[in-house]
Amino acid sequence: MTALATESTFIRRSIIHSIRTPDVLVTAIALPVLLMLMFTFVFGGAFESDGHYVDYVVPGIVLLCAGFGAASTAVDVAQDMTTGIIDRFRTMPIRASAVITGHVVSSLLRNLVATAIVVLVGVAVGFRPNATPLEWVGAFGLIALYILAITYLFAAIGLAASSPEAASGFGFIIMFVPYLSSAFVPVSTMPSWLQWIAGHQPLTPIIETIRSLLMGTSMGDNGWLALGWIALILVGAVIWTTLLFRAKARRR
Amino acid sequence: MSDIITLRGVSKSFGATEVLHDLDLTVERGTIFALLGPNGAGKTTIVNILSTLVAPDGGTATVDGHDVVRDREAVKRSISLTGQSAAVDEVLTGEENLRMMARLSGLTTREAKSRSRELLDRFELTDAASKRAKTYSGGMRRRLDLAISLLLTPPVILLDEPTTGLDTRSRQELWGVIRALADNGTTVLLTTQYLEEADQLADRVAVLDGGAIVAEGTPGELKSRVGGEVLAVHDGDGEVTREIPTDGTAAGLRAALSTLAPTDAVSLRRPSLDDVFLAVTTQKGPSA
Ligand SMILES: Nc1ncnc2c1ncn2[C@@H]1O[C@H](COP(=O)(O)OP(=O)(O)O)[C@@H](O)[C@H]1O
Ligand SMILES: [Mg+2]
Repeated sequence: MTALATESTFIRRSIIHSIRTPDVLVTAIALPVLLMLMFTFVFGGAFESDGHYVDYVVPGIVLLCAGFGAASTAVDVAQDMTTGIIDRFRTMPIRASAVITGHVVSSLLRNLVATAIVVLVGVAVGFRPNATPLEWVGAFGLIALYILAITYLFAAIGLAASSPEAASGFGFIIMFVPYLSSAFVPVSTMPSWLQWIAGHQPLTPIIETIRSLLMGTSMGDNGWLALGWIALILVGAVIWTTLLFRAKARRR
Repeated sequence: MSDIITLRGVSKSFGATEVLHDLDLTVERGTIFALLGPNGAGKTTIVNILSTLVAPDGGTATVDGHDVVRDREAVKRSISLTGQSAAVDEVLTGEENLRMMARLSGLTTREAKSRSRELLDRFELTDAASKRAKTYSGGMRRRLDLAISLLLTPPVILLDEPTTGLDTRSRQELWGVIRALADNGTTVLLTTQYLEEADQLADRVAVLDGGAIVAEGTPGELKSRVGGEVLAVHDGDGEVTREIPTDGTAAGLRAALSTLAPTDAVSLRRPSLDDVFLAVTTQKGPSA
């Protein structure tokens, strides 16, 4: 069997899994949308008196959404590794780790759909980006790369976890990272010790790059920083995933 | 060479526990071989070594002439494994499971479809074909699991406790399938905790205990060491107070009965795995 046919079979499997577990998809969309509505209508007035907080917060919500959506990959991977099915894949003449590729690609597609919906809801409640078509493409491309990187990270976490429940717990912790960035409030409004964290963590340049592309704020070094961080996370996560998969295969 | 599976001096430890100790085993091509042993005897470990999931610490193992460590890919093409826990995708339907595994096994989409239909039919799963495997009963899951293993017909099929947890009817159905496989020339290595199953199915049986083979032979040879029916003597509450092994003949039974009081309550039962162990550990003779 060709490697491509193996991958596409696993991708189809994972897509069917996504479609048949709608609660995951609904959570990945509903939670960010609810947060967006809450931040815009409940806290929005307090943050920015001119009522354009929605323009500020949507890019952050989009990344938060990607995090929520990608986290279920850890559970999917852990589930596969703890049931007998992985042993069957390993005893077939195929590259068994393609089962991970299937989950990653499916998560990427699922989260792009979720992102599009979140952006549309944002537009419905007053999000008014001034981006050119090219800037839209750039923003979505960056978001897609971010989703890919974080999905791979969650796949590795799924491999490292001892059970699907543990995987889900780890994922929950990572989802707090966006709150310590410029996602919801500008870094300059934070206490100074938090400023240092928020200013140097990967999400801030990624969010600022999306803001710059969609809202026309100044880009500065953020674009390169964002790409650098994403590349670092992606490469690190792919290597970690590969090592963990091999180790798990050899351990017994 | 007519030996399709060989293990020579195979040992395996997990941490400080030695699970297999200097184990030798050969299985002749086209036969059904049963590994009989209680929980923890090392049956799954042997199956995992033969299916390349676990590497032995010492010794060599080959399947169809391929070394399980040096030639993993060739071994994988020579076997199919039905593991102890059902390896089905619960989210997919029975038919989707079969088609996915068929595609992964290298069949074209069209071949995958027709082969899946065929196997669903053969394993009486056609009615449940479009239901998710999650909703299947234990017996249906096992049948689906086995159907997946039979998508291709590799020379060797490894079945780890294929009938554990099945009701009598499903168990006998499965026995029929396994016999049919062997009739078509496939070599079957299966593990079981039931003496009766080994007796019914296998051409040869190895009794495994604590990671070593304590007896090996045809079911007939093993049974002749165990004897025939066991005469159980009960007290007033129905508790078994004594068990007398017999050779299964009328004379043997009569001799056993003559030692009892006329009012004793008795029953007969078939020898169990425990009786085999008792027999092989007390006789201490060379393997039959
Ligand atoms: N991955 C493992 N790590 C540690 N011990 C193990 C592992 N797998 C099996 N064992 C131990 O090896 C022994 C034999 O196990 P196994 O081959 O599964 O026996 P069986 O299949 O006959 O029940 C048991 O005592 C079991 O606890
Ligand atoms: Mg076992």
